[in-house]
Amino acid sequence: MCGAKVGGLSVEGINTTKEAVIQGQVLRGTGDDATPVAGAYVRLLDKSGEFTAEVPTSATGHFRFFAGDGQWTLRTLAPKADPVDRVVQAQTGSVAEVQISI
Amino acid sequence: MSRENSLVSAQWAEDNIDTPGVVIIEVDEDTTAYDKGHIKGAIKLDWTTDLQDQVRRDFVNKEQFEALLSSRGVSNDDTVVLYGGNNNWFAAYAYWYFKLYGHQDVKLIDGGRKKWELDSRELTDELPERPTTTYVAQEQDRTIRAFRDDVVAAIGTQNLVDVRSPDEYAGRLLAPAHLPQEQSQRAGHIPTSVNVPWSKNANDDGTFKSDADLQALYEEVGFDESKDTIALCRIGERSSLTWFVLQEILGKKNVKNYDGSWTEYGSLVGVPIALGDEPGDA
Repeated sequence: MCGAKVGGLSVEGINTTKEAVIQGQVLRGTGDDATPVAGAYVRLLDKSGEFTAEVPTSATGHFRFFAGDGQWTLRTLAPKADPVDRVVQAQTGSVAEVQISI
Repeated sequence: MSRENSLVSAQWAEDNIDTPGVVIIEVDEDTTAYDKGHIKGAIKLDWTTDLQDQVRRDFVNKEQFEALLSSRGVSNDDTVVLYGGNNNWFAAYAYWYFKLYGHQDVKLIDGGRKKWELDSRELTDELPERPTTTYVAQEQDRTIRAFRDDVVAAIGTQNLVDVRSPDEYAGRLLAPAHLPQEQSQRAGHIPTSVNVPWSKNANDDGTFKSDADLQALYEEVGFDESKDTIALCRIGERSSLTWFVLQEILGKKNVKNYDGSWTEYGSLVGVPIALGDEPGDA
């Protein structure tokens, strides 16, 4: 995708020392044929499985959350695809990058 | 009120796009979402510029609301059908806002923009043209709006329903996790408020759960039918959705939304705050 940065979204302007960032990209397919999915819904569930936040993916399939320290689950919903769950660890001062294939 | 009077399906909305007297309105947290594509014929209201006073922290006044709806071509006798992203958070906020100013016939599209998109229904970037009207609003209906003094007085005496996520309620997060966490106010919750995250009202696709499931949800946390109720969140939009569930779907009486919510309460000097997962004592 034109302009998409290898390794994920730019964190310019974000004080990453104070935030526990979880971010990534939703792709349809795998490997070289994978294409970014715009307008998928990624929801952040806490360790008890409770909804914490949800964002639609950008035109490049990217999403970002500002979480807290600990374990989270990303649940991805998209048209014509089954929901996909991914477990991720977040930590203040670091950026957790997650690639999700649907 | 009831589900039939306040909620329509995505299919109903699609079938009534061209019905005279039906005005579909998108209200989103992401105020650019409409511009990227919206339901055909829908107009946009921007909650940050159209619905908020641009100097004081308050809503636009009656005259400004009248001027807004007149310029957008909304009539008093129109059926206003609202939808938006984020599981209808801001559409529910707009629903409550329309009710605050006395609009009679307002409905929410069940599931909002997410359900519409997951159904792969059509979106367009065409902008509709609507002739201007002369809209007349009512004075604000204060029976559905709570202010800070109402909330402080309700501690230990009314149903206080905090609809933020468990981590925000407990004080582990200050804002929903799609927003940066740097905030000036204190973390935690109002003592005696119970935590019923707004999301428990909804299915994964954003549609509301059944009346029986919703009723059981509030019974589980000891909702007292004999008491008045105040719902709150961080800025009053998620709690509008819970207000909608309690008053418009379940028909509970005397439910108010506290639009000042945690960004106000958590900044007040001298008020009690509870931390952790339990409601705490008055």
